[in-house]
Amino acid sequence: MSTATATRPDLPVTGGPGRVARARRPGPGQVLFWSAAVVVPLVFLGVFFAWPVVVMVGKGFVTDGHLDLSAFAEVFSRPRTWRIVGLTVAQASIATALSVLLGVPGAYVLYRRRFRGRSVVRALVTVPFVLPTVVVGVAFRSLLVQGGPLGFLHLDGTFAAIVAALVFFNYAVVVRAVGGLWERLDPRAAQAARALGASPWRAFRTVTLPALTPAIASAASLTFLFCATAFGTVLVLGGLQFGTVETEIWIQTTQFLDLRAAAVLSVVQLVIVAGVLVVAGRARSRQERALALGAPAQNVRALSVRRPAGMPRGDGHGPALAAAAVTGLVVLLLALPLVNLVVRSLRVGDRWGVDHYTALGTTGGTLTVTVWQAALNSLRIAVDATVIALVVGGLVALVVSRRPRRTVGRRAVAGLDALFMLPLGVSAVTVGFGFLLSMHHPFGLDVDLRTSPVLVPVAQAVVAVPLVVRTVLPVLRAIDPRLREAAATLGAGPGRVLRSVDLTIAARSVGLAVGFAFAASLGEFGATSFLARPERPTLPVVIFRLIGRPGADSYGMALAASVVLAVLTAGIVAACERLRAAGAGGEW
Amino acid sequence: MASTSSHQGRTALMLVTGLTTVALAGCSAIGTSADDPGTSSSGTVTLVTHDSFGLSDGILDDFTKTTGLKVEVVQPGDAGTLVNQLVLTKDAPLGDLVYGIDNSFASRAVDEGVVEPYTSETPAAKDAAQYAVGDTGALTAVDMGDVCINTDHTWFTEHGIAEPVTLDDLTKPEYKDLLVVPNAVTSSPGLAFLLATVGAFGEDGWQAYWTKLKDNGLKVADGWTEAYSTDFSGGGGGGPRPIVLSYASSPPYTVPEGGTEPTTGALLDTCFRQVEYAGVLAGAKNPTGAQQLLDFLLSDEVQDDIPVSMYMYPVSSTATLPDDWAQWAPLAPKPFEVAPDEITENREAWLADWSETVVG
Repeated sequence: MSTATATRPDLPVTGGPGRVARARRPGPGQVLFWSAAVVVPLVFLGVFFAWPVVVMVGKGFVTDGHLDLSAFAEVFSRPRTWRIVGLTVAQASIATALSVLLGVPGAYVLYRRRFRGRSVVRALVTVPFVLPTVVVGVAFRSLLVQGGPLGFLHLDGTFAAIVAALVFFNYAVVVRAVGGLWERLDPRAAQAARALGASPWRAFRTVTLPALTPAIASAASLTFLFCATAFGTVLVLGGLQFGTVETEIWIQTTQFLDLRAAAVLSVVQLVIVAGVLVVAGRARSRQERALALGAPAQNVRALSVRRPAGMPRGDGHGPALAAAAVTGLVVLLLALPLVNLVVRSLRVGDRWGVDHYTALGTTGGTLTVTVWQAALNSLRIAVDATVIALVVGGLVALVVSRRPRRTVGRRAVAGLDALFMLPLGVSAVTVGFGFLLSMHHPFGLDVDLRTSPVLVPVAQAVVAVPLVVRTVLPVLRAIDPRLREAAATLGAGPGRVLRSVDLTIAARSVGLAVGFAFAASLGEFGATSFLARPERPTLPVVIFRLIGRPGADSYGMALAASVVLAVLTAGIVAACERLRAAGAGGEW
Repeated sequence: MASTSSHQGRTALMLVTGLTTVALAGCSAIGTSADDPGTSSSGTVTLVTHDSFGLSDGILDDFTKTTGLKVEVVQPGDAGTLVNQLVLTKDAPLGDLVYGIDNSFASRAVDEGVVEPYTSETPAAKDAAQYAVGDTGALTAVDMGDVCINTDHTWFTEHGIAEPVTLDDLTKPEYKDLLVVPNAVTSSPGLAFLLATVGAFGEDGWQAYWTKLKDNGLKVADGWTEAYSTDFSGGGGGGPRPIVLSYASSPPYTVPEGGTEPTTGALLDTCFRQVEYAGVLAGAKNPTGAQQLLDFLLSDEVQDDIPVSMYMYPVSSTATLPDDWAQWAPLAPKPFEVAPDEITENREAWLADWSETVVG
């Protein structure tokens, strides 16, 4: 691996099919393959995302068969709208900035340093990413509430509490995205800068940070999208005084049925999200180049409190310790609500016990299935969603990793990349209601997909595809084009080159992609929560229903089920980490 | 190097192959068919309802035994989401029968033509008639409940303070910073409490009442769960506030292990009555099945189960209440009322006003 990608850092990535094509005219098989690689994902995204969204938004703009855009003027004349847009941007920006500021040191400590229990900590920080917001609301608020363990901070119901919760959810996104690249970054460039007299800080700023920028920009854009569309977190922790575009779309659609206002707000959301994607794309592509990557084993050093023997003063030991301290504090803060959750799940009346866990084998009286069956449903649906996301996301990554020589082609590729990020930035309510309007006899077919079990994994896959793309793409982009040329020179056909170079190398990041797609599917409670779910509720759905019922037993069962969901997720992520330990890294 | 990398590639490819095999081998949701061909010989009837629906194990099977119809349950969201989805999909309804439209959304459902008239011949239908919405007969009441202020007896005893009784009491200085209610915009009991104040203080008086509540340290939580489990001191979560908005039926669930009396109580002079309706969906594929299922919801078997499984009061006068309900969870003798069509007409304006006054 280190030999494969150890190119000169200043060498821009060029070539790909362009270069191969110069030597050889593309055969019909090749044309067919690349066409399919573009068309299949586009059709998938078009049918299961763009179309429902267009139908739903269109319904708000069409009155009596006429296009009516007067809703824009109406919605924008309300002062409330501007406040909401401001709050959305403020919340997402501050939470993203904090996630990056805390996540970069975290990435360093968890991916560049070695210590006992590191894999446990890596899995732990991922758990918040998948917990249902209603559960996090309970775990978080009972800490912050007056009289709670952190009540003295007086954060309950404040803007700060929302931002803290958003960072809680998204810290892992930054740590994994940046850490995945950092652990493979060849330290020799930074060492050379140091040898030439640069201070550790200057070496970091001028050598390491620019190399990490694509990963940081990528993580920041994902985090921003997640924050800008956060719904439950905002409502549970802050309430409507901190309402965002997302919560407003939810209220206008599900409570007031004011589709005109909802449509305008959906467009506003789309504009914000598209703007962020463009900015992030620019930041990424300006810095993106073939990197000198090494095997993690060579780069990762042990973390020790004492200065290693022979290490001179001012050689970065202080900053490393500071990063470790910050990360330790953050992990502690992340763990607090999780521990709180476990403690509460073991509380039975005035005593301790596992009664709530035993009850998971029952329907709790009135659920349609037992909690274990719901967990099994979740796993099955996650398997389907992951397979779909891998196929679609893999194809997208393959196409987007190409660097066409012509500007038009490059723009098209960048556009495709951004297009598949959109599902993370569009309201789940819009997508969910859009499904209802568009999936009854779609395209005149005699099937009602609205209540079909097929739609649930498909809807989850739409959200998991961007995660797969962001995982696989950096690995494909880091492939030295000379490797492909060498294979072609040795007589391999285009198909063979693709198989033996691209696919073989990309396959190493599959473990990570599987892990995140699986986790995203397990925790998904957005668009699918609006879909009819006959007989097959998932674990988050069951948790939501249990926690909404009176009685300490239902409440305890909901908390126990949440712990099961957390353990399930952590286990899967840890298993993928193991696979990853053997394979190459992506952004994750 | 080369051998390890191809080994890693193989491991990953094996994982993909394995995953696909697992999916194809029936461990997937898509791979297994929704309909078990063995049981659906005489067709199905689809019930569209809200998130809180649930009946005790085996009850829907009894319906299948007598009618040969399998019941499929579709739950698209809370009560508001339910009605709005039905309005949006009325040209191609999601099912045959809807259950769970409450009196705050009833007029919208009727006006939009989501449901069509059906008069049940069951004995309980006569009890249900007093809650009829308009005169179309499109919605039939199935159950009801009172949304009331609840208090934590333990807290008040410990602090030696007398408990509040009326809505006006809640604005008194001795109850400053003690009340938590769910948000009226995002929660259906929250909306019910707003309606209680509209009923109590009139269309022009309720805003002033809420201003006083706010000045007296009112806390607004997002939903019932947050208010009752996190902020309320008597709900098991050990929160700081001893007065909460909940249901008249909540107190029996706070009888401690080994105890005989609940530690909380409902203030029956502060209640708003929620009535839940069922109706045959216009354009239903199986309207006869829908009518049979509606009759079944009014049967004693289901009516007896409603308090146990959904914490609501049966509409039927012949249904039996659980013992602890009769003792600890009586309905309010004179709840506050607002007519359904008045609610439909004003809901948005009231909620906007409420947000302005309370949330700011």
